[in-house]
Amino acid sequence: MFAASGLNSRNNRRQALIRILFMLMTGLLILPVLIILTTLLYKGGPAISFEFLFGNPTNGMTEGGIFPALVGTIWLVAVALLFSVPLGVAAAIYLSEFAAENWFTRAINLAIINLAGVPSIVHALFGVGAFVLFMDFGTSILAASLTLAIMTLPVVIVATRESLQAVPYAFREACWNMGATRWQTIRRVVLPNAVSGILTGVILEVSRTAGETAPIMFTGAAFFLPFLPESVFDQTMAMSLHLFVISTQVPGVPDELPFGVALVLIAMVLIMNSFSIALRIYLRVNKKW
Amino acid sequence: MTGTVRSLAAATPSARKQLDQLDRAWYIDKIVQFIVFASGISAIIFIVGIFIFVTKEGFGFILGAFDFAEFFGSPRWKPTSEYNPTYGILALIAGTASVTGLAMLIAIPFSIGAAIYVAEFATGKTREALKVLVELLAAIPSVVWGFIALSLMNPLIIELFDVPVGLNILNAGIILALMAAPIMTSIAEDALKAVPDRYREAAEALGATRWQVISKVVLPAAKNGLLGAVLLGVGRGFGETMAVLMATGHSINLPDSIFDSVRALTATIASELGETVVGSDHYQALFTIGIFLFLITFVINLCADLVVRGIGKV
Repeated sequence: MFAASGLNSRNNRRQALIRILFMLMTGLLILPVLIILTTLLYKGGPAISFEFLFGNPTNGMTEGGIFPALVGTIWLVAVALLFSVPLGVAAAIYLSEFAAENWFTRAINLAIINLAGVPSIVHALFGVGAFVLFMDFGTSILAASLTLAIMTLPVVIVATRESLQAVPYAFREACWNMGATRWQTIRRVVLPNAVSGILTGVILEVSRTAGETAPIMFTGAAFFLPFLPESVFDQTMAMSLHLFVISTQVPGVPDELPFGVALVLIAMVLIMNSFSIALRIYLRVNKKW
Repeated sequence: MTGTVRSLAAATPSARKQLDQLDRAWYIDKIVQFIVFASGISAIIFIVGIFIFVTKEGFGFILGAFDFAEFFGSPRWKPTSEYNPTYGILALIAGTASVTGLAMLIAIPFSIGAAIYVAEFATGKTREALKVLVELLAAIPSVVWGFIALSLMNPLIIELFDVPVGLNILNAGIILALMAAPIMTSIAEDALKAVPDRYREAAEALGATRWQVISKVVLPAAKNGLLGAVLLGVGRGFGETMAVLMATGHSINLPDSIFDSVRALTATIASELGETVVGSDHYQALFTIGIFLFLITFVINLCADLVVRGIGKV
């Protein structure tokens, strides 16, 4: 009944053009990174072997494997989680379940944003001043992990707060009406319903912590240390710093070695992130309320 | 009232036991409230702690060798000179600013464009896939970006532009743009999604085309959130350390072109702190740069928060 007028079809063409323009911008943002990742896979792939993953670096780090760095990163992440997960979850419980909407809560939120926004090298300086020198932990896993924990605290807080707030308010009201205290409500009703959401935040934090370099440079990570750490007061190698060291500080490293380290590091981070995202999507799809 | 109920109910042993349990639950509740409150304010304590400890280590320099005009006005950063060490960070500020500026020039249009596509055009599975992809890109560690700058971008720039060194403002700017864009995209996308659908419906009912809806209705309504995204990108650029250290060429320069090597504030701390003696002027000067970086990023984050949430509102 209504034939398309000239104006209409011109408009349609213009709309299609604009759509394609924005699609191109999105593509140009994502495509280079995908090309880069493919190149990493292509160049680093041949370096990956059993000896590479489970061997010591030898010959001035120009040969051999990455095992001490791999183990060191696991140490750093594990000790950091020990501090940041309980603290972050408790802080999120406060913000979600207790805090009133006032200037004080806003100040806490601003502090959280700032913890995430302060440059990583400033966190490193703080780690040196507070943990290495003032508390006298020396350059150790403990000092490095505490620095990392504070730096990545916002990741846990934000993810936990979101998953706590996703639990319907009616659940809490029902519980209070039964005479439960606030803590009983949180422990028996709110937390069990939010635990998977909190887990996604923790996984994200693991991946963030594993990739950080600057905060551990002066607080506990060593350039070269072919032993495995035995306690939290030892220094350790770490994957991220190892990549920096062999690609900038050591002459004569064959090309595929740093590509291999970069590939392992990026694989660790991306696998954990994908897992966290998959868990989040699963939770959303299977939501019970 | 409670007292009466208590004395009446406490008449039997089993009732007394029940009341004890209630008491215990009440005390536990109070203790937990205190613990979570203490954890809640820990973020504030840490931010204040960062400022105090970084200032404490740099304070001797600020009181002693520090000269305001030299520190901010001189491009000569020669802390290791034996006879006449100078501590001018102008060239380092120029390095950080030029790299961040170029990165934002690239990242702002692309990330807002991508955010518009994801929020306004893409639907269903495409939209979900793009969001996941953007999130994954944001997770790549900065040291890996630095390595990409060294090993892939460096030869590429040398070949494409026929310059002797490929570690320069251009290299670092592109790398930083690729790093900051995913975060800016997802914040900008949130800002666009926060514009209520009824705005779009009202505009479409008046006969507006998709583009008119976006340019005349959605973008103006989301402008504060978009500005917040840009500010966070700038803050990220100022604070980025490893990638900038590895990509800029790390030579002290007041740059003339994007093919000049520069050195950033953050990178200077990262590369020199390990070689200084604790408490020396050089060591303290590096902490003073740290205070400067802390204050800049604090102000940028504060501005972003005020812009997004509105001044004076809680």
